[in-house]
Amino acid sequence: MTAPKLDRRQILKLEAAAMAALAGGMAAPALAANLVTERAESELKWDKAPCRFCGTGCSVMVATKENRVVATHGDIKSEVNRGLNCVKGYFLSKIMYGHDRLTQPMLRKTNGTYDKNGEFTPVSWDEAFDIMAEKFKAALKKRGPSSVGMFGSGQWTIWEGYAALKLMKAGFRSNNLDPNARHCMASAALGFMRTFGIDEPMGCYDDIEAADAFVLWGSNTAEMHPILWTRVADRRLSAPHVRVAVLSTFEHRSFDLADIGAVFKPHTDLYLLNAIANHIVKTGRVNRDFVDKHTLFKRGQTDIGYGLRPEHPLEQKATGRAKANDSTDITFEEYTKFISDYSIEKAAEMSGVPANRIEAIAELYADPKTKVTSFWTMGFNQHTRGVWCNNLIYNIHLLTGKISEPGNSPFSLTGQPSACGTAREVGTFSNRLPADMVVTNKAHRDKAEQIWKLPEGTIPDKPGYHAVLQNRMLKDGLLNAYWVQVNNNLQAGANSNEETWLGYRNPENFIIVSDAYPSVTALAADLILPTAMWVEKEGAYGNAERRTHFWHQLVSAPGASRSDLWQLMEFSRRFKIEEVWPEELLAKKPEYRGKTMFDVLYKNGQVDKFPLSDIEAGYANDESKAFGFYVHKGLFEEYASFGRGHGHDLAPFDTYHRERGMRWPVVNGQETKWRFREGLDPYVKSGKDVEFYGFPDGKARIFALPYEPPAESPDSEYPFWLSTGRVLEHWHSGTMTRRVPELYRAFPEAVCFMHPDDALEAKLRRGDEIKVQSRRGFIRTRVETRGRNKPPRNVVFVPWFDEAQLINKVTLDATDPISLQTDYKKCAVRIERVTAS
Amino acid sequence: MNGKSFVAALAIVLAAASTSPQAQTVSSGLRGSTPLNEEGPAAPMTPMRNTAERETRNYPEQPPVIPHSIDGYQIDMNGNKCLSCHARARTGESQAPMVSITHFMDRDGQFLASVSPRRFFCTECHVPQNLVTPPVSNDFVDIDSMLSRAAPGGRR
Repeated sequence: MTAPKLDRRQILKLEAAAMAALAGGMAAPALAANLVTERAESELKWDKAPCRFCGTGCSVMVATKENRVVATHGDIKSEVNRGLNCVKGYFLSKIMYGHDRLTQPMLRKTNGTYDKNGEFTPVSWDEAFDIMAEKFKAALKKRGPSSVGMFGSGQWTIWEGYAALKLMKAGFRSNNLDPNARHCMASAALGFMRTFGIDEPMGCYDDIEAADAFVLWGSNTAEMHPILWTRVADRRLSAPHVRVAVLSTFEHRSFDLADIGAVFKPHTDLYLLNAIANHIVKTGRVNRDFVDKHTLFKRGQTDIGYGLRPEHPLEQKATGRAKANDSTDITFEEYTKFISDYSIEKAAEMSGVPANRIEAIAELYADPKTKVTSFWTMGFNQHTRGVWCNNLIYNIHLLTGKISEPGNSPFSLTGQPSACGTAREVGTFSNRLPADMVVTNKAHRDKAEQIWKLPEGTIPDKPGYHAVLQNRMLKDGLLNAYWVQVNNNLQAGANSNEETWLGYRNPENFIIVSDAYPSVTALAADLILPTAMWVEKEGAYGNAERRTHFWHQLVSAPGASRSDLWQLMEFSRRFKIEEVWPEELLAKKPEYRGKTMFDVLYKNGQVDKFPLSDIEAGYANDESKAFGFYVHKGLFEEYASFGRGHGHDLAPFDTYHRERGMRWPVVNGQETKWRFREGLDPYVKSGKDVEFYGFPDGKARIFALPYEPPAESPDSEYPFWLSTGRVLEHWHSGTMTRRVPELYRAFPEAVCFMHPDDALEAKLRRGDEIKVQSRRGFIRTRVETRGRNKPPRNVVFVPWFDEAQLINKVTLDATDPISLQTDYKKCAVRIERVTAS
Repeated sequence: MNGKSFVAALAIVLAAASTSPQAQTVSSGLRGSTPLNEEGPAAPMTPMRNTAERETRNYPEQPPVIPHSIDGYQIDMNGNKCLSCHARARTGESQAPMVSITHFMDRDGQFLASVSPRRFFCTECHVPQNLVTPPVSNDFVDIDSMLSRAAPGGRR
């Protein structure tokens, strides 16, 4: 395969010949024989951009030449990563150049006309938008706004999410808008709202260098947030007193840095969390002063179900299902009595973690001299009691007062680059509006309608279909015109065999997928729209520490590819406002009669306020050129008006093109590193010391919440727990990273990690082909008994990046009933050998 | 096999349309020819590339891939096996490339006496390679190829 190698002498001989040729008068005066020296040739144009991948939000420097990206490296000026990238980040240069980039719209056709079962056929953008508009209009006519919907992304730029929010909630008047971030951090968001009344972490990454201890709960930071892991490793190894505890349902790479490792039985984290709180109370280490001044106690509703279809027996018998998010006031004494059942011994028995280890972890929290940072990711959030887990970890930090100061930090890490910036802050969820507002609150709707210059009553007052419900409604034929952007939900959504696939292929429905590559979701659609990605457009992301950061368009998108933003706005021109609003609404704003959705939503005197001349010299901006105004600036400034003065202040647009991101609230040009603490957060009133101002009473909530069992547990027929997750080398469903040869070769296909004794018992050896089978579906994969993940007996782990092994055919679409986020970490499977055919 | 033609052959092939969505076949380079509603055989596990020959980097800032197998290498609180060959003091003996000078810098860009702890976990950036041909090729053009196109004869 490899070309014959030249030895050193042969190479030198060739070089000498080349130099001789040059000396002989060949025309290349400014070049040394084997080195480009002329500045005009060798100079690269370097610009900053946030990494395209995870929620860490590293800044990268991007080199361009001749309209192509030629190199990338970690940005030395970025506080987040200080010159480092992980292996995915270092290969960003290649993600846009996979050979099968989509370059023109494609519609399923038979004999020249649209056919749900036809072949993908190239069409013009005009034809693509014609059929889309026809299908949206037909659905609206037949079933009303509830029949149209959109599934977006925590990888949308801020203005893409904002434009989509306006299009769906104000234009089409449908709240059926949800992001894939529902799958990754909805439990974290709802946890914040329940405990603090305001979303997103109070601390920031600077906590890492200030902490004496780290506790990881269901977070394999070493693989999923590699650059944060370099900071944790730096802190742990530089300062020998620092301790790291890692809790998980299986051993993984983060255990390599663990002083205290704890593998617990799935779902028993609920016991561990309450036992730690109980230990703090029992040993008299509650910070009573803090607790009395800054907290209230609540008993949460129990028996809340599992977010399955309503006819499922588990839902039928769940008595608290309809009021899952409710709670009642209790006293400190009632709370301590409640958790007194959760002894360390009981937790040890239930979880399988030795009591002395639980106590050692509890002491990291209890000891007032130890500054402790808790990190969590999908282990907590993808959990049928995920919101509870979030509430319970806050309990521990609140009981000890270890919060909102450097090093003392309960810190929810997000998976996607703009899960915070776009999904949460812009509010692209089925129930949300910008700046933590919700569609169910009349005052919030009024405020949005006022900013958007819309008549009262435009925004519907009921939450729309959330991610999992969208798939169910597609299958049931109630959601009929459906647009998917920047995600791969046929691969990512749970129980795709029984829900997603049937929903997409339901003849009642028309499915549009915008993507840069032919993902499995695109291939299951009816219309594919080729899409610009990353630095092919101007963008903005918001990372896990509230940092908003921008980038310029640096290169052009290939062929007819267009950004999601252009697609959303251009499509809105296809609808007269009379076609999407009822007469009584229009009567309140007769001046909108005859206008298009584009005119009403985007050409409203605000979004179109900034001229093209405001675009920084030297940068292309395809969307703005197409629409005739600086689209990104107009959308951003209108969006920012929601949060300014309300604890979500963003800096002026142009500032972000200069800075390596800033952490909101940005007040008087200053970012905020720690919220809720006087002197660090401008929103805390003088003399308050600490103020949890998300609630009018300024207090955080401590919740009494019990253990409740998971939706599905192993039994004799399906004896293994299945957990799914990610790997370092691939980003989510792998559509970008598996097109980078070096990353592909680093982890080519998914495997099933299992305990060697489980393999032995089943007479399986490493590399044997197996079926991973659940009640819902199966995949074929290979046994892996070595390597980075070491599950305990009766647990298997399968990563979901591999589109040739769609593991979400196997998983269960049970969700947390409060956050509506899927539990991808627990379902029951059996392992069968595939006999050689 | 030529990666480009391979991918071209696979790119979005929708086989004969049928009235039942269940019967539809569809292919993508990364999934292969298995229809979306079926599950095909699992590709066999492939061995790791295991040589001392370095691979050309795509750009100077790229961390080199690991050309050899690292099965069973310990990198944890108790030790870092990679450094037993790649540490500065060991390279005379091992003839392995020395850990880059950048790895001695702390967060503030100051050089330390030894490799910075932030660089301790080598596999965050350096990955070994399986002996497998990626089904989709990549059209990235490196800077040297670009410059040589601009100035033929100027650069190999």
